[in-house]
Amino acid sequence: MRKMLSDKITSIQPSGIRKFFDIVNDMPDAISLGVGEPDFDTPWNVREEGIYALEQGKTFYTSNAGLMPLREEICNYLARKYNLNYEPKKQVLVTIGGSEAIDIGLRCLVDPGDEVLIPEPCYVSYLPCAVMADAKPVPIELKEENSFKLTPEELEAAITDKTKVLIMPFPNNPTGAVMTKEDLLKLVPIIIKHDLAVISDEIYSELTYTGTRHYSIAEFEGMKERTIVINGFSKAFAMTGWRLGYACGPEKIISQMTKLHQFSIMCAPTNSQFAAVEAMRNCDRDVAGMVDAYNQRRRFMLSEFEKMGLPCFTPEGAFYIFPSIKKFGMSSDEFATRLLKEQKLAVVPGTAFGASGEGHVRISYAYSIENLKKGLERIQAFIDTL
Amino acid sequence: MEIREQILNALEKNSRIDLAELAVRLGVSEPEVANEIADMEKEHIICGYNTLINWDKTSDEKVTALIEVRVTPQRDLGYDAIAERIYKYEEITSMYLMSGGFDFTVIIEGKSMKSVANFVAMKLAPLDSVQSCATHFVLKKYKDYGVVFDEEKKDERVKITL
Repeated sequence: MRKMLSDKITSIQPSGIRKFFDIVNDMPDAISLGVGEPDFDTPWNVREEGIYALEQGKTFYTSNAGLMPLREEICNYLARKYNLNYEPKKQVLVTIGGSEAIDIGLRCLVDPGDEVLIPEPCYVSYLPCAVMADAKPVPIELKEENSFKLTPEELEAAITDKTKVLIMPFPNNPTGAVMTKEDLLKLVPIIIKHDLAVISDEIYSELTYTGTRHYSIAEFEGMKERTIVINGFSKAFAMTGWRLGYACGPEKIISQMTKLHQFSIMCAPTNSQFAAVEAMRNCDRDVAGMVDAYNQRRRFMLSEFEKMGLPCFTPEGAFYIFPSIKKFGMSSDEFATRLLKEQKLAVVPGTAFGASGEGHVRISYAYSIENLKKGLERIQAFIDTL
Repeated sequence: MEIREQILNALEKNSRIDLAELAVRLGVSEPEVANEIADMEKEHIICGYNTLINWDKTSDEKVTALIEVRVTPQRDLGYDAIAERIYKYEEITSMYLMSGGFDFTVIIEGKSMKSVANFVAMKLAPLDSVQSCATHFVLKKYKDYGVVFDEEKKDERVKITL
């Protein structure tokens, strides 16, 4: 039989975490600090709106780009929160989560051989999506001594005459790093000088703990016309299962993304879109409450790791903490595997997020304090044996 | 959010919270938390610490009733004097002055329907200022003070997602 599969798809390594998943799934009594989604339920008013939409028989397709009232609310929201101004008719696309936006955004921006800069550690989909778009992914290894931020020197050093796109994954999963206004401003002249496009994945924008608001790179002079801002409902509104995100950017790019979205997806789930309108309009208090809870857990985890003697970068965003396990002389994979086998606690090895995650594990604090305590006890018991 | 509001939010959910842990969570020192709480107790912002009990699960018989009371307010004293005469009875757990079709909501706990009925007939209704009482017995408590009774929440999330 002739070869069935494309070289492109078989060349992509399955996520490094696959075999780890399998072990976890075989251990029903294992507890986990490994999730990447909120522990909160979607606020009730949002769920109620989804139920109401179903009752009303709103089960048709929406326009390809998404319900107009939702696109309008997205624009209001971005203007109100992040000083970003987009035109609902032409510069917004409602997608199946942020992940679809990453995929089609890349496919719309690159030609074969173009290089895509991916600051790592980061979420796992940029690299395979770049490969499937025939681009060449170029990781930039972020360093803990730079607080896992992307520095102008690192950016400049990674740029070649083939570089086309820079991914900006901040606030960052898994490190919790954020880029401040000042940090971003230092990158802007380099991006403009080399005429790069930017895909700014801001899915954790609501979850920052610095005391100042989140800044988007698209806010700065000369950036809006070259940036796709990706955001969504999963993290801020605890709506992961609704599968809803959005991309905003110049009409030139969004119209092409909408074309691709039309052919592969048609439209995002109608029911989720109706619910999301409510989320944008009436959830500020719920979001503030969740942010407050995450921030309390973040401080609690930092203090617990300090007591344990595990060095830990202070995360300022998302809901992860990324302690260093270098002093135990094991790889992060070995540490996570042994922790799972010996104490039945699942955490994610840092290398799942790129080579520069080596020496760290990602621990999620999207759990109640009580459950965090149970997990921490197991980590303590494990390191006591080392 | 103000530190006081954050402390109150935490205590409202769990008044037995460990203060050292609360201090860590709020990013302040433990004495600071303790002082704020002491001050709020003095200022009667914190008025007490109760335990939320699902009495249905105990062998103790208890009934709760909500009574709508209409009264005639008194000259110079308004509603407060008559309210005081009512809420001083220790059977009454909560009492509110209402807008709308009646004046007071009185929540009463008793050993039996009979004891509550007796209270209404013998103590509450005969008061001079009371015009009428409508007594509603609680059949089942689903949720009190933000807590859903009998709710067991299972974490159904996939154990690892990236």
